[in-house]
Amino acid sequence: MNRFSYARPGSVEDALREVSSNPAAKFIAGGTNLVDLMKYNVERPTHLVDVTRLPGLKEIGEAGEGGLRIGALVSNTAAAYDERVKERYPLLSSAILAGASAQLRNSATMGGNLLQRTRCYYFYDDATPCNKRAPGSGCPAKEGVNRIHAILGTSEHCIATHPSDMAVALAALEAVVKVAGPNGERSIPLADFHRLPGNMPEKDTNLHGDEIILAIELPEPRFAKNYTYLKLRDRLSYAFALVSVAAAMEMDGDKVVEARIALGGVAHKPWRLPEAEELLRGKVPERALFEAVAERILDGAKGYGHNDFKIDLARRAVIRALSQAAAGTPQSQVDKRIQ
Amino acid sequence: MADLELPLRQGFAPDAGPAQGPGPLPDEIPITLTINGERRALHVRPWTTLLDLLREDLSLYGTKKGCDHGQCGACTVLLDGERINSCLALAVMKDGCEVTTIEGLAGPDGTLHPMQEAFIEHDAFQCGYCTPGQICSAVALVKEGHATSRAEIREHMSGNLCRCGAYTNIVDAIEDVLAKEAAK
Repeated sequence: MNRFSYARPGSVEDALREVSSNPAAKFIAGGTNLVDLMKYNVERPTHLVDVTRLPGLKEIGEAGEGGLRIGALVSNTAAAYDERVKERYPLLSSAILAGASAQLRNSATMGGNLLQRTRCYYFYDDATPCNKRAPGSGCPAKEGVNRIHAILGTSEHCIATHPSDMAVALAALEAVVKVAGPNGERSIPLADFHRLPGNMPEKDTNLHGDEIILAIELPEPRFAKNYTYLKLRDRLSYAFALVSVAAAMEMDGDKVVEARIALGGVAHKPWRLPEAEELLRGKVPERALFEAVAERILDGAKGYGHNDFKIDLARRAVIRALSQAAAGTPQSQVDKRIQ
Repeated sequence: MADLELPLRQGFAPDAGPAQGPGPLPDEIPITLTINGERRALHVRPWTTLLDLLREDLSLYGTKKGCDHGQCGACTVLLDGERINSCLALAVMKDGCEVTTIEGLAGPDGTLHPMQEAFIEHDAFQCGYCTPGQICSAVALVKEGHATSRAEIREHMSGNLCRCGAYTNIVDAIEDVLAKEAAK
């Protein structure tokens, strides 16, 4: 780990000042990803700004119009087991509990989870080129070992995936990220929070370097009954998703009012395709329809060799997740048998 | 083997070496930690992890360094009663917190914690390297109250790897303690 100085500001204003005066400064909260990356020399901040003591960011409270506001410093554990989250947004609770381990969820925060970086092998290995870590150096993953890499929204510069489970559920729920910066506060819809790699893979998100996440706001709950978070991975627990699907439906009798589908493990951001979701609107859910939705979502998917299997895996995972959501039988995060 | 003769340096992991980088070495920062019930005034460099502080500065070798990257759980300790990976925690950030390590679970008279007894009773280890982390994790699991079935125990212990493969007996030990707790 490189040397760095340390500050523990007591207000959001002071925290913002600490980073605005030093472009090599970084905020740290749970540290479960940043400290790891620093041990690999992938992140080398010269100044760490400890935000864990900032006031007012550890609360979960009501937001306007029946929504819920989850402070950026709320731990993943606290959010997943919060009674309001479990009752109104069980999809979010399920996705959080599908990720990492109990120890990591205790340390990791809601804001930090959004900002975690890809687990691409080449990004983590500073002996290899990587456009995300060292812009312009190249992307060995395209012709290299790419079993865990993206199949949608890739660019010639980067085929990394975003590793979060939580963010996939937040994308399906159309959460909004509340941030503060030197010019005040702004809201970023979750769909616009993470970026596709394009020709700037070093930029994971649209959060500016001098901004801080204050909270995640969830809109009025509509998907507490028909939902699932289906995560497929190389071992049954404590592994990143090869493919995951957050699926949710609002039903009126036997017809779908609105459906949401977000995929994890397949792209540089949680992957949503609203036009595919539209295929379900006003319809009685049935397998042929799910197959059409899955085809639409995976249309244009591209494999890079080792990850070719993900295209078919994702297609089938979408169909299975939609079946689970329609039946109101969400995937258990304990019993991993897929019903 | 000249490198074996190098003295251990306070505040640094011997295998990690001093942190590299330009600029002057920042001052050590005063912090207070309550470790296994004892309040300690300490001075730490910002990059010293809680794990390295425990092992290298405080000679509490019970907490183990396995992967040092939050992937194995051998470094699990209780921070304010919650289990965390001490390898990914910067000590300076835990100023004012209470830390319980494997050394702090037994009573002052040496009476083992019920989870320690259960691990012995069920032969829940072979080489023993992951065991302090397994036991700290299991103690937290019981307190959390989210796991009752064997499947739930396995899921909630997935952050602790055991390369000897003592999992079956580890689950037995935890199930035993949970049953005794439930009977109270």
